[in-house]
Amino acid sequence: MGLFAVFGAALSGLKSMTVGLKVTGTNFFKPQETVHYPRQEVDTLSTFRGHIELVCTDENKLAPRCVGCGLCAELCPSNCIRVDTREPSPAACDTARHPVPTPLIAVPKFRTTPPDLAPVAREVTGYHLTYHTCSLCGLCVQNCPAGAIRFSSNVYFAGMSRGAFEIDLIARLRVQADKRGREQ
Amino acid sequence: MTLESIPDELIRLAVALVALMAFIAANGIMLLYVERKVAGHVQRRPGPFEVGPHGLFQALADAGKLVGKQLSTPAGADPLLFWIAPLMAFMPVPLMFIAVPFGQNLWGLETNLGIVLILSFAGFNVLALCLAGWASNNKWSLLGAARAVAQAVAYEIPLLLSVLAVALMTGSLDLRVIVAHQGGWPWQWNVAVQPLAFFIYFVCSVAETNRAPFDLPEAESELTAGVHTEYSGMGNGIIFLAEYANMLVVSCVATVLFLGGFNGPILPGPWWFLAKMYLLVTLIIFMRWTYPRVRFDQLLNLSWRWLTPLALANLLLTAFFAKLWGGA
Amino acid sequence: MNFIPAANPCSGLEGDFYAQRFALEAHEDSLILNMGPQHPSTHGVLRVILEMDGEYILRCEPVLGYIHRMHEAMGQNRAYVQYFANMGRVDYLHALAWNWAWAGAVERLAGIEVPARAQFIRVICTELNRINSHLLWWGAYLLDLGAVTPIMYAFEDRERIMDILQEPTGSRLTYSSFRFGGVVADISSDFVRRARALIARMPERLAMYHELVTGNAILRGRLEDVGVVDQAMARRYGATGPVLRGSGVAYDVRRAEPYGVYDQFDFAIPVQDAGDSMARYQVRMDEIETSLAIIGQALDGLPEGHFMNPDAPRGKWTPPVGESYFAVEGARGKIGIYLASDGSDTPYRVKLRSPSLSNLSLFPELAKGTLLSDAVAILGSLDLVIPEIDR
Repeated sequence: MGLFAVFGAALSGLKSMTVGLKVTGTNFFKPQETVHYPRQEVDTLSTFRGHIELVCTDENKLAPRCVGCGLCAELCPSNCIRVDTREPSPAACDTARHPVPTPLIAVPKFRTTPPDLAPVAREVTGYHLTYHTCSLCGLCVQNCPAGAIRFSSNVYFAGMSRGAFEIDLIARLRVQADKRGREQ
Repeated sequence: MTLESIPDELIRLAVALVALMAFIAANGIMLLYVERKVAGHVQRRPGPFEVGPHGLFQALADAGKLVGKQLSTPAGADPLLFWIAPLMAFMPVPLMFIAVPFGQNLWGLETNLGIVLILSFAGFNVLALCLAGWASNNKWSLLGAARAVAQAVAYEIPLLLSVLAVALMTGSLDLRVIVAHQGGWPWQWNVAVQPLAFFIYFVCSVAETNRAPFDLPEAESELTAGVHTEYSGMGNGIIFLAEYANMLVVSCVATVLFLGGFNGPILPGPWWFLAKMYLLVTLIIFMRWTYPRVRFDQLLNLSWRWLTPLALANLLLTAFFAKLWGGA
Repeated sequence: MNFIPAANPCSGLEGDFYAQRFALEAHEDSLILNMGPQHPSTHGVLRVILEMDGEYILRCEPVLGYIHRMHEAMGQNRAYVQYFANMGRVDYLHALAWNWAWAGAVERLAGIEVPARAQFIRVICTELNRINSHLLWWGAYLLDLGAVTPIMYAFEDRERIMDILQEPTGSRLTYSSFRFGGVVADISSDFVRRARALIARMPERLAMYHELVTGNAILRGRLEDVGVVDQAMARRYGATGPVLRGSGVAYDVRRAEPYGVYDQFDFAIPVQDAGDSMARYQVRMDEIETSLAIIGQALDGLPEGHFMNPDAPRGKWTPPVGESYFAVEGARGKIGIYLASDGSDTPYRVKLRSPSLSNLSLFPELAKGTLLSDAVAILGSLDLVIPEIDR
């Protein structure tokens, strides 16, 4: 390479250095991107998946929509969900059937059952989530036939032991109902 | 032995050493904070924020943490050499400062060989890194030490040559004379006459202090802290302090040699000195957060194939013009 | 150089099983080092045993398996739909590409149709994810090379893209939001608006990146002529993705074996001929722009309809007996999933073809005779995600 070309390359290299300094220099004076948690919080968390929670029925805020089918527990890849149920009493089976609540997602054709064979909901006595093995995949939420599960917004969740992450979702529903009752 | 019988120079030296140690310590703390804040804001984040208002006491907290950590010697390491290394890294630093004139009467040691003193003590840093790398009994540290020695040796030569050009032009190795030779305004500084020497000096000084983009001996992403890998607590702390102080020293020398020292209009001298010095330090800090690291053979190529010939050419030209227009 | 074979194999040699066997063929006076598995630059738990003569690497050998999580075994023990959670974690940087590969393999096996809107949503989300992956690669690569600032700028852009992708998927990194027959949720007009704003914003950000980094003389010195892979070598090792396209081979799965609706979009495949690290760098930067173009076209042509086929099977179901193979273009290269079904509700065999493994296999030959700094630069230019290699 000729001497001039060598020097030219060196000078353009030096110029790229000053350009780099200019970029960092201008960025020095620009505002920060950081959101100073906990003094400030981001406002884009409405769609962020927190752990699941139960949805209450329209009539009774303390009652979950859950019909005790156990599909969520069956589908969970990490076996995080435990649903404790009681079989419906024979009396309940004979009287008027509970209307199947409208599911949140369209039910595939091969899953609909004829109306007269619609099952009676079991009584849900306990609904437990082991959150520390949950991968937030959403299979439970998307496949619940009763639309009883949704993702919560409880994303600032921290605990000191594994026990803190074993969540009783029926108790949580009760607490939420209380809070809403007190607000009204 | 009365107070009058102690020679003046000794008193001056003692006072200067104490003041300089305080200066170095205060600067260490402040530069740590400034570096992290500059890094933060360049990256559009706050930097230290929690400890004290806007993170002002972060450096104190860090110093406290470092002092409180256990000084562990790695298994198989040579304990004498291992622990001499950080001390040797720090020891020459105040010695380098005593020859620098901060103001008209603000200097520690009256010597007409100021430059030689500073440059010779700067070589201790290399020895310290070499010892640290060898004595750590760690292959990564050894690699870092090898790099440090080669880099320091390579960059000392153009540094010397560029400084020599200024000395030749001024006709003295005494730093006070060099400052007196310059005026207060930028066109009266040496950098207006010797821009190439300033550039070479600046690049070499960044390489000598192992700052990015020449920070291979402590390249984090390749050598996991290289030479400092095995040091914990204050061993690490002293090496860091020495590194920041080295940065200050080279900036001081650059200010004295090229930027007019403590000369300046209106304000008293020492303020101008500090302003110019901190300007250079800030530039060095900014460079760290802007450039990627140079590869080792490119580093050596830069020194031997570019800076040394250019410095030599500069020196020859200076000698020629000095002779022509009546100089040394 | 003399070979000194140990008289008693592996006795007296320091290190573990791999280091001892590696040291069997050691040259005289060489230094044997472990780079990793805990190392700032190996992008995951990769261990590379290096034999060095000063700064030069004489020989190296990657040791894998430090993050083997048995994904393929899990594939045999999970129902088909449960495997989506795994797919997000294999290569967490381009999780949606693995999601798509799995969804595609099962859809091909069982003949499940995907509605047009779902196809477009898949394209948009996967391309956004590709941009995310490339931005993180860029930032991390420069971090390896010593520049600490660009990763922060890249993460600023990533935040915006993650906010956009959070809406339909609910996650920021490990997405498991594809299902057989579509995607989990629809995209709203807000999503479309924000995606268009991103497309408008990115060119100036990319210009800033090129100003700060690509044109920098130090970076050019680090990347040019480092780790040159010629076409024959790339083909020999089965390299795919930007590694292959940086060596002059214009192979992109989106063109070679089109899937989804990629054949409806007009985009140019970035190819460079030099084969060095700079070429691979350039290919990935150009790919960001290509992805932006694809997203723009997809947003323009977004049809109405279902985001999920209402007739698609959900929950645990049994596909027909058979086998299928589906390949997608991930950020790192060709992702392939081979699926064999025996008619039960768990797969018989799932084989995950990870592009990073083939790309890594180039490394021992590439790193021979280079400096340690070059080895770091080469590793970064291959864009490896070690969890994808170990699965």
